[in-house]
Amino acid sequence: MQNIVLIPIGTMKYDVADFLSLSLPGILHVPCRVLAEDIGLEPFYSSDRKQYHSTEILRELLPFAVGQEQHILGIMDVDLYIPILTFVFGEAQLNGRCALMSGHRLHQEFYGLPEDDSLYLHRCEKEAVHELGHTLGLKHCDNFECVMRYSNSIADIDIKRNVFCPGCSQVLGIPVLW
Amino acid sequence: MTKGSSNENVRILIVDDEFSVRHSLTAWFEDEGYTVGVASSGKEALAKLAENKWDIFFLDLKMPGMSGLELQKKIKEIQPDGTIIIITAFASVESAVEAMQSGAYDYLSKPFDPDYLALMVRNIIERKKLKEETASLKKTIDVVYTSKEIIGESSGIQKMMEDIRAVADTGSTVLIRGESGTGKELVARAIHANSKRRYAPIVTINCGALPESILESELFGHEKGAFTGAQYARKGKFEMADGGTIFLDEIGNISPKIQMELLRVLEDKKFFRLGGSKELKADFRTIAATNKDLEAAMEKGEFRNDLFYRLNVFVIEIPPLRERRSDIEILAQNFLNVFTAQMNKPIARISPAAMKLLADYDWPGNVRELENAIERAVVVCKAKEIKPSDFPFFHARPEEEATTDDSLESLQRKHIKKVLEQTGWNISKAASVLQIDRVTLYNKISKYNLKKP
Repeated sequence: MQNIVLIPIGTMKYDVADFLSLSLPGILHVPCRVLAEDIGLEPFYSSDRKQYHSTEILRELLPFAVGQEQHILGIMDVDLYIPILTFVFGEAQLNGRCALMSGHRLHQEFYGLPEDDSLYLHRCEKEAVHELGHTLGLKHCDNFECVMRYSNSIADIDIKRNVFCPGCSQVLGIPVLW
Repeated sequence: MTKGSSNENVRILIVDDEFSVRHSLTAWFEDEGYTVGVASSGKEALAKLAENKWDIFFLDLKMPGMSGLELQKKIKEIQPDGTIIIITAFASVESAVEAMQSGAYDYLSKPFDPDYLALMVRNIIERKKLKEETASLKKTIDVVYTSKEIIGESSGIQKMMEDIRAVADTGSTVLIRGESGTGKELVARAIHANSKRRYAPIVTINCGALPESILESELFGHEKGAFTGAQYARKGKFEMADGGTIFLDEIGNISPKIQMELLRVLEDKKFFRLGGSKELKADFRTIAATNKDLEAAMEKGEFRNDLFYRLNVFVIEIPPLRERRSDIEILAQNFLNVFTAQMNKPIARISPAAMKLLADYDWPGNVRELENAIERAVVVCKAKEIKPSDFPFFHARPEEEATTDDSLESLQRKHIKKVLEQTGWNISKAASVLQIDRVTLYNKISKYNLKKP
């Protein structure tokens, strides 16, 4: 991976993309920029589930991954699903170029709690690093603090850290920030 | 670029006619590091099964050609140890019941909660590991074969071993008779280890060591509040022995009341916990042991005839050590090997003079006394072989120093000093001989101002 391109999709409550463009280079050791693209979400909406089909949106991002060795991360604030699961925080091509994440279930408000801007951005950062880690070939890690630990609930996200454990860092060949 | 993961060894086959389900489940499981296969129909799934073994199957309930339930039955025939999860978009009570009755592990309605799915798969893997561990431990039990602990070449012991082999697999009640220290519990364990019940526990209770009320509660268990101090309900030994064997040691010492209660349990295997109103049933084999003359006890009216005949189905007599002197040498050598290994001492043998001393002795405490004698000798022996002087109890005890101080403290000080000297001030060994904790020994050394020479 030579650089990361962040594509905000739909309306977002906070400027997550700006925050990530500053924080991700420190963790993944590559430059990161924001690309403004107009991607319509209507075709991917399921009126039955009141959610958006993650895999279909991910497919829309593939054309942006051409050219240089760049990895694409789509950033959204709507609720995502894949047909077999009730929801997903994000989705990525394992060992591919594109990933997608949603901040919808990362808000404290989603769980009936007062919103916490700082916590929200930290959660977004972890989810972004996690999905990009998949595009770099990493599977889920057994270390419960590693950013590559599975996260099926918000508690899983809050337990882990925003960086790769020494084992995952070694696989990626990047300096250990543990 | 992936790290090695134990999940790679877990093989999951997803069978669903919907592409999106196969695709999304595959991607999700691959992120977890599992090995995933897919099939779009029952026929394709069976072909995959013919090629490879799978640990977990996700089967869609409604598929054209062969339904998930039909496929489940076929998979159970081909690979009975596979874990099957039925998935469906149209959950119904009837299909769920049918799936579970046919041996499905779970029945999930689409879409799944990711947290539940992850937990379920982890539980399945954990259960599989435990099953494999149990199978491996069972093999170990077969290899260890407890009767190897019974040592002896005399005709008396060989006859006893024949009896053990003959009765072990029959399930009959066994009465073991022999003097104290002859190894009655060892024989009970050997019978259990060679029986069909060997994978279930053998539960031992020393009936002679407990007062009547405690013995009753130990045997039958009690409910909460059954008596003062019964803060919790507790299982009794009969319940614990369910599926296995109960070993009733020193059966000749129990009170008439317990004798009567025992008779009832041994006859119909049904009983009540103390303070309980629910009748409980347990499936156990009974082995009893005694060093008493039960016939004489019956004549005196101290032991019930009916209980005696209930227990006296198959009798194994263990000969006392003095009646099988030819075994003393082999037993002594075996104990020497055990204790030298335990204490890491380079003692190779017992000298001929010391062995003669052992062979000539009458051993009123039988094998247990011999074992203790060898252990003690290994502790005190400083040479490469054990000599007669390492068995001081065979000689007249030296006169105690004339002293006017016979207080308990004074005697304790002398005894601790003596043991410390015998063990060369090895604190662990001295504590072991004295049967006290090392810290306690340190405190005593300090209290009595004992100094290492």
